[in-house]
Amino acid sequence: MPSICFYFQVHQPYRIKKYRIFDVGHDHEYFNDKSDTDINNEKILHKVAKKCYLPTNALLLELLNKHPEFKISFSFSGVLLDQLEEFSPETLTSFQKLVKTGRVEILDETYYHSLAFLYSKDEFVRQVELHRAKVKKLFGVTPTVFRHTELVYNNELAKMVEGMGYKAILAEGWDNILGWRSPNFVYQSPSTTTIKTLLKNYRLSDDIAFRFSSQSWSGWPLTSEKFAQWVNSVNGNGQVVNLFMDYETFGEHQWEHTGIFDFMRALPGELLKHPDNDFITPSEEAARYPVVGEFDAHDFVSWADVERDLSAWRSNAMQHEALHNIFSLETEVLASGDKKLIEDWRKLQTSDHFYYMCTKYFADGDVHKYFNPYDTPYEAFIAYNNVLHDLKWRLAEVAKNKPSTKKPSVPKALKTKVSLKKAVPKKPATKKVPKKKSPSKSKTD
Amino acid sequence: MFGWEFPPHNSGGLGTACYGLTRALSSAKVHVTFVLPKKLDGIAHGFLRIVFANIRNVKMRSVQTLLHPYINAELYDEYLRTMPENKLYGLSLFDEVRRYGLQAKTIAMEEPHDVIHAHEWLSFRAGIEAKRVSGKPLIVHVHATEFDRSAGNPNQYVYEEERKGMHAADCVIAVSQHTKNIIVEHYGVASEKVIVVHNGIDLDQHRAHHLPALAHIRTQGKKIVLFVGRITIQKGPDYFIKVAQRVLEYNPDALFIISGSGDMEYQIIRMAANMGIGDKVVFAGFVRGEELNQLYRAADMFVMPSVSEPFGLTALEALANGTPILVSKQSGVSEVLTHALKSDFWDIDDMADKILSVIESKGLHDTLGELGSRDVEHLTWESAAGKCTTIYKELIR
Repeated sequence: MPSICFYFQVHQPYRIKKYRIFDVGHDHEYFNDKSDTDINNEKILHKVAKKCYLPTNALLLELLNKHPEFKISFSFSGVLLDQLEEFSPETLTSFQKLVKTGRVEILDETYYHSLAFLYSKDEFVRQVELHRAKVKKLFGVTPTVFRHTELVYNNELAKMVEGMGYKAILAEGWDNILGWRSPNFVYQSPSTTTIKTLLKNYRLSDDIAFRFSSQSWSGWPLTSEKFAQWVNSVNGNGQVVNLFMDYETFGEHQWEHTGIFDFMRALPGELLKHPDNDFITPSEEAARYPVVGEFDAHDFVSWADVERDLSAWRSNAMQHEALHNIFSLETEVLASGDKKLIEDWRKLQTSDHFYYMCTKYFADGDVHKYFNPYDTPYEAFIAYNNVLHDLKWRLAEVAKNKPSTKKPSVPKALKTKVSLKKAVPKKPATKKVPKKKSPSKSKTD
Repeated sequence: MFGWEFPPHNSGGLGTACYGLTRALSSAKVHVTFVLPKKLDGIAHGFLRIVFANIRNVKMRSVQTLLHPYINAELYDEYLRTMPENKLYGLSLFDEVRRYGLQAKTIAMEEPHDVIHAHEWLSFRAGIEAKRVSGKPLIVHVHATEFDRSAGNPNQYVYEEERKGMHAADCVIAVSQHTKNIIVEHYGVASEKVIVVHNGIDLDQHRAHHLPALAHIRTQGKKIVLFVGRITIQKGPDYFIKVAQRVLEYNPDALFIISGSGDMEYQIIRMAANMGIGDKVVFAGFVRGEELNQLYRAADMFVMPSVSEPFGLTALEALANGTPILVSKQSGVSEVLTHALKSDFWDIDDMADKILSVIESKGLHDTLGELGSRDVEHLTWESAAGKCTTIYKELIR
């Protein structure tokens, strides 16, 4: 029985260059590092495209051609799509080619891979709209399934996303919420009525994403036969197997020499050997399978770290301060009408910036260190904080250049009139809301 | 064990280190006889037998000498000119070293021992002489090298004494990898003979209830940036002043406090005045104990811009008091600390950027302070003593 659902997250942030307090007021380009370090976004994108995106896309296209039953899904952050357009159009083309097969589904997320939902529902909605428009423009499709940044999820989010018209939302199938129950069924949040919650089978997903090359793991070496057997054993006690992971698993987190490509090349064939297995996309999963139970997430759950909570982005005082500071600028930034400033402000919301400031396990040199392009969480914070100073400097400049009569009244008026009122009617206004919103969007742009 | 200073009569980190190490060793059932070159009052410690080099067959011995660990030849000449005649023991610093060596011979004959452990170059000769008498293995413990003290312009005599000690020894203990690298590179000692034993810190001393000092300044919204150390070329006080100037351009509410004394004191005072920041740089003099802990607590940040710092105990002391630190990458402590800011001592802009970030961001300040104070918990003297014990056992075998 199990229907296998592959979903790959494709994302690269705009990393902040080494930005000192002395640069404030002089240098407004925060993301243009050209050094040989890992904060050079162009360099990283080329590296990842070469090691992961291009070869894996070629492999998946080959598999889609070979197995008519094979299906996959992707979610691209908007900032990744921007970087593909700027630095590696051929990679974008190869993704578009995959989508054209008709068996590759695209999901929606926030354009800036942000945690805006935690701080500003209005900004969250705007970023989802921007993402939807970008996907439509580049791929010609409109997603009906939503995945939130780093699979951060709670009941409130499910309800909000339901109101925006999505049919399903992804979440981590975390034991603390599921208890004895299996992630291999479709669930629903108690706060919603139509939207379904699709749960990541984190054991099987992480066998590929994290443990594949770990020689100390009892499952090593992982072959496609072995993995297919594990999936087959779900037969009789599950309807779906959701394999959700970072796309960079292939070739970037697990390097080519680990055999990850050979594993993936053989996997669909192995899985199809069992007559009851098939492949589905998230929207098909939501349409085909009934809800078997409640997935009741009062607190936030995510797919990060062993804690599966928000602590990767929000546990120390630096992270709290940085998040508070960036979102407290919302009204002023949007009121500035300065397109570049608004875009920079949004790029600074990308969750990775706060991840880099994380001090959990920092001393142990674990994945946080591996994924951190800065020497320490402190350097990450200092660069970010200095950039915020510059952003404020620019805001002050904009205010200075505006007609003086407007200065005192504009921000206050906006705070009460525009953003708050806009938010209230939007949420209950259910499904067609996203389209109605486009006028407000063009205003902020 | 041969040393030369011991609390409460220490003028720097060396006495603190000898105290912490010997106390932890005695807890680990290692019997230490500690030899000091001169008689000092108030130095009795329950855990340790202390021998003063110039009085034989008496438990407490004293010798009148001018030896102290941070002296250099020029300063010594200065002392000779100014000290009353009857207090002089030898003719020069180097005579003192020789004399200490001669006395060590006698002590080595009288005091039963299995290994000889000599701290710092002034006692190396004593260690060598003791070994000649007893034939027991010699360990020389390098807390600093002449390259650190002179910021790269070593005194040839001191260098020779250090080198001889290191080559005569069966094992060289370096207080950091930073120091080990210097020993291997500049003293030609085989790498496998040099073992790194990082210093520790006695947390209880710093975790007591110390009220922060300077409440009146703090309530004015001033941000205090603290330097603690000898005002000498090794510690980079001139870089501290340069950084102060850069920080003050951006935040006039910063106040820079220098605690310590040393041969560059007047030069640094003049330098601050010439830069026009004389009113923002305060000289607190040499401060110790409770008062020093209060100063650490009063500070928003501790900065150690040492040009070459073998270890840097003051950085650990600041952290133990919950104060965020910025240390130079050219320091031993930077090897063992995770939650500390690090810069090259010459990179004024980088240091200024980091100081400004800490004094202006509560989030950064609190994270560094909180995690930093936990960071020092694993740096114990017990751990250092454990490594020494292993070395002793290896050598005795």
